[in-house]
This record gives sequence, C-alpha cells and structure tokens, in this order.
Amino acid sequence: MAEIRNYTMNFGPQHPAAHGVLRLILEMDGETVVRADPHVGLLHRATEKLAESKPFNQSIGYLDRLDYMSMMCNEHAYVRAIEELLGIEPPPRAQYIRTMFDELTRLSNHLLWIASCGIDLGAMTVFLYAFREREMVMDMYEAVSGARMHANYYRPGGVYRDLPDKIPPYKETRWTKGKDLKRRNEWREGSMLDFIDAFAADLPGKIDEYETLLTNNRIWKQRTVGIGVLSPEKALQMGCSGVMLRGSGVEWDLRKKQPYAMYDQVDFDVPVGVGGDCYDRYLVRVEEMRQSGKIILQCVDWLRKHPGHVMLKNFKVIPPTREEMKDDMEALIHHFKLFTEGYCVPEGETYAAVEAPKGEFGCYLVSDGANKPFRAHFRAPGFAHLSGMNELARGHMLADTVAIISTLDLVFGEIDR
Amino acid sequence: MSDKAKAIAELFNGRFGDRVSLGASIKGIQTIEVDVDAWLEVCRALRDEEEFCYEQLTDLCGVDYLSYGQSEWDTTDASTEGFGRGVEGLGPGRFDWADRPEAEDVKQRFGVVVHLLSFKHNRRLRVRCYAPDEGMPIVPSLVEIWSSANWYEREAFDLFGVVFEGHPDLRRILTDYGFTGHPFRKDFPLIGNVAVRYDSQKKRVVYEPVEIEPRVGVPRVLRNDSRYNTDEFDQAADAAAEEVAAQNTVAGEQEN
Repeated sequence: MAEIRNYTMNFGPQHPAAHGVLRLILEMDGETVVRADPHVGLLHRATEKLAESKPFNQSIGYLDRLDYMSMMCNEHAYVRAIEELLGIEPPPRAQYIRTMFDELTRLSNHLLWIASCGIDLGAMTVFLYAFREREMVMDMYEAVSGARMHANYYRPGGVYRDLPDKIPPYKETRWTKGKDLKRRNEWREGSMLDFIDAFAADLPGKIDEYETLLTNNRIWKQRTVGIGVLSPEKALQMGCSGVMLRGSGVEWDLRKKQPYAMYDQVDFDVPVGVGGDCYDRYLVRVEEMRQSGKIILQCVDWLRKHPGHVMLKNFKVIPPTREEMKDDMEALIHHFKLFTEGYCVPEGETYAAVEAPKGEFGCYLVSDGANKPFRAHFRAPGFAHLSGMNELARGHMLADTVAIISTLDLVFGEIDR
Repeated sequence: MSDKAKAIAELFNGRFGDRVSLGASIKGIQTIEVDVDAWLEVCRALRDEEEFCYEQLTDLCGVDYLSYGQSEWDTTDASTEGFGRGVEGLGPGRFDWADRPEAEDVKQRFGVVVHLLSFKHNRRLRVRCYAPDEGMPIVPSLVEIWSSANWYEREAFDLFGVVFEGHPDLRRILTDYGFTGHPFRKDFPLIGNVAVRYDSQKKRVVYEPVEIEPRVGVPRVLRNDSRYNTDEFDQAADAAAEEVAAQNTVAGEQEN
C-alpha cells in the first residue's frame, strides 16, 4: 500500500469562497483539515497611517472602505471617538438618523451575508432574493449621501445633511414600463421616510421568504448544523464579538450593554444562540435582521415627529452652511479655516466602540492636540474572528471550512485595513 | 476627583502598588500604565481576580511616540516678521526613504496599548506598557493569558517592530512577504520604500524604489487655546435646540 502523508494546500487568495483575498494554507490529512494558517494583508492599505497625515474629517471616507459591507457603522465608531475627545454631543435628530442608518447598514450587511453564504453552500436562490432588498438599502444610502456604498455621511457633531424630501423614482426604460414601473415606484412617491417606512414594514415578509428557502432546508442544515462549534469560553478567549459571541450563547450586545446614539430609547431584543455552530450563527443573523426592521420603524416614527437640526451649530468644529458663508464674514473665516486646517482636538486618548454588524468595531484615537490624529487604530471584529480559524477548522472536512469562513462573516477591507 | 474615580484609584493602587500608575479616565475607560517587568503578573491578575475579571482582550496595538506633540507650523509665537507661513520640518508623510528623520533619543518611544473588557462588570480598561529599549523594543507576550493577543501582537510586531517575548509564532502578518522595515513607525515614509509591479518583459513581478513624491496637503498644527471649551458647546447646542423648538411650536400652531 502506498504511504499516505499529509499534504499542504493553498486555498485562495483568488477563491470565490475566500470572500475577498484570504489566503489559507491548509494542511490536509486526506479530506480532513489538520491545520489552517490564514495569510492576510493582501488588501493592506495602511489606513491608520494615512489617517495620521490628514485632518480628522478627511479620514471619514477611509472608514467606509474598511468594512465595505457596513460603511456607516465604521464611520460611527470614528466620529464617536472624535466627539468624545472634543466633548461634544450631536443633536437628538442626528442621533436617531445614525441609529436608523446603523440598522439599515446592519440589514444590508446581513443581506449580503445571507446571499454570499447561500452561494458558498450551494443555495443560489437566496442570493437573488437578498440582493433585491439590498438594492433598496443602497438607494437609501444614495438618497441621503449621494453615494451607493461609500457614504461619508456621518460627521463629528451630527450627520452631513438632513434626510431628503423625496427619493428618486425609477425611470421608464424598454424593460421597465407600465404596470411594472408603477409597482416598482409604489413606495417612492412620498418622502424618504415614507420609503424607509414602507420598506421596513414589508421586511418581515421578505425575511420569511429567505427562511422558507433555508431554515428547514435539509441540505442547508446538513452543511451547517454542528459545523464550526465555538464554546462560549473559547469565544471569549479568542476575542470574538457580535454574532460570533451571541451565536455561542453569550448575551452581549454593545447596543444594550453600553448604549450609544439612541439605542437606549428604542425597543429591541438581542437574539442568542445555543450551540455555537454555523446554523446558530445563521439563525442569530436572521433574527437580527427582524430586530433591525423593528428599530428602523421606531426611528422613522420619531424622525417624522421631530424635525430639527442634524448638526451642532458650532463653527469651530462644524463648517457653516453655504448660505451662512456667503452672508457672514465670520462664517466665511470659519469655513476657510476648517477646510484649510481643520479643527484641533484636545490632547487625550479614547476608545469608542460600536456594535457593527460583524461585531465590535472600535476606534482607538490618540490626539496630541493637533489637527490630525497622532495615532488612530481601528479594532476590526473580523481580525479577531479570523485569528481563531485554526481552532475552528481543525478536524473538519475541506468543504466545511467554506461554511466556517462564511459564517465568520469576513471582509478583508477591515481585517487588512 | 469624583468618588468613583477615587474608588478606582484605590482599587488599582491597593492591589498593585507602584507597579501600576494611573492615567486619565475618559468616558469611563480608565488608563493604567504598567512596568514592563510586572506586565505579565499584572495582566494575569487583571484576568483572574474577582474585582477586575477582564475576560477578554478586545484590542492590542502598538504606538510610536516619536514626534508626539510636534507641529509643522508655528501658530502661537508671532516673531518680528509675523506668523511663520512656511511648513517647517519633516512631519508625518512629508519625507521619503532617503531623508527620513533620524530617530531622536526619545525615552519611552514604543508603547503597547491593550484594551480589556470585563463582561461581568461591563467595564473597559486601557493598559499601557512602554518598551524599555528603543533600539530593540521587547515586551512579554500576552498570548498565554488571552489567546486573542496572538494576531494583535503579530500586527504590532509587523507594523512597529515591537518584539513580543514568548510569542509562539511571531511572523509578519499584514505586510508583504519579504518586507523590510516597520511601516507604522513615525520615521517610516508614508509613500513607502519599494513599489511592486508586473514587468511584462521579465514576465515576473519586480520591486523598484518608489517614484511618487510625498504629498501632504495640510500642515500639522497644534492649538492649545480655550475655544474647544465644552461648556460653550453645550450652550450653543442648547440655544440651537431652543430655537428649533420655538420654530416647531410656531409651525405647529400655524397648522392648527
């Protein structure tokens, strides 16, 4: 009989199931993984170093490009860190807008997750379904910030602008016309809040559709139940946060435990898993989507009733409006100073964390009193999760590593930074 | 000092004595600085002892304190010719590899900053440790205490060159295979050192010295004046809020 030996296999960096540019060196014994060594850094752009050479506000756009599936949540951590150092608090309307958009972002992230995880494990349909809804979240992003993905919408002291009065409807094309066009534009006749309201109210039905496709699907369960089991103790040791932690049964959600923005004003539940396997993480994410819809509806309701400022009125940090600038000499000076120099942040250091869709996204910011950060460090949830890959994948079959990578919900923009 | 802060100070000083010095506390996150000799001992106590119980190491990162508090543009002292208008010195991002600034003799240049989280007490803590030797910064590894430190320490080693003694697998993590230097050090140029491209004639990837020029738009400025006084902010915000409230009531009355 021939001698059987372990052999080493290269998974990625250009593998569709590697979710970006993960290079995984797998040591295999037949079809069983003996050791997994992830090589990361192929997307390293030194965001933290770039931030050191720019005024604070100019780095907000880079934050979108870290975890490019949950753009506004990253921005939220960064602007919160700046706000903490400056000692300012944005107006309540801005806080509600942030809460709403954080949840829309969570939705968009989980939709993409369920879509790509489905594809990885051989379920094509859910991909098409999820992208149908995700497109609408992208439209909301575009309506409010002008960009479909890299929004650059949050600012220290509030958000860049108020919600628009209308949402652009679909135009008639050769393929979309008549009844079809009318159906697609049905929600888009009122204001942006009406659109979000209709979307969020309709969401539970849509999530039921995904669940019909997956939750009791025999193949889906065979691929996920009992795969990649993570015990609560191990999850804590490995630095897991977010769904990875909750899927293992640790009830921990920064939105509840260390509330920020308006999370202490809205009502929602935190789903917690039992077994800590891939299937539990799936269930937790699906339930989180439902809870996000609930939060969005509450925010819409509040925002309808309370118009007002979405930015602080403080020209030392927040630029004056265009009208003010053209009307008032002092506003013009502030505008000039803010756009040529920026604002100086008092000396100190802070750590601000938000419950991003993937887990705890934190921003450690050190300021020495200058108009640029002295050191910015972004704590990406995926970095800690991926570091536990070896422990999770060991002993599993090769095909199961795909399920594990998928339910870790990795995005290399944030891991490599 | 509030009672809470006092209690925290007593807690740390009572347990660790002068091996730990207390730093500032912003938004409920206390900073403590630990001697490198006591690093492992203190961290182990922080994890295991009932009153601390920091089960998770959330984050670990290196910090290079070279050029801390330096500005490129003099704003405070007017000379006889008025304010200096030129950018002075080689601040972050303004130099290339050849003119990188000589590392001055800075005490406590490299720090390792750890953020801990206690699920039990719902509390965070920032722990800092300075590496004693600037030329060869060595700090004991925390992997034995919190396994999540593994990759974070590899990252800090890769980007700052801090060597973690006792780390089981201290390889580079984020930079390219075969990279030289530690890119996040303050004396490493922002534009980098080498550029990579595919050479179609040689049919392979080639490494060349970078050709781009350093380009930083805004000078680094320090202003220590009182205009970021938080009280003034609050007043301005209150005034704005009142104004809006007044407008809303007027609008509401008109609708009615």
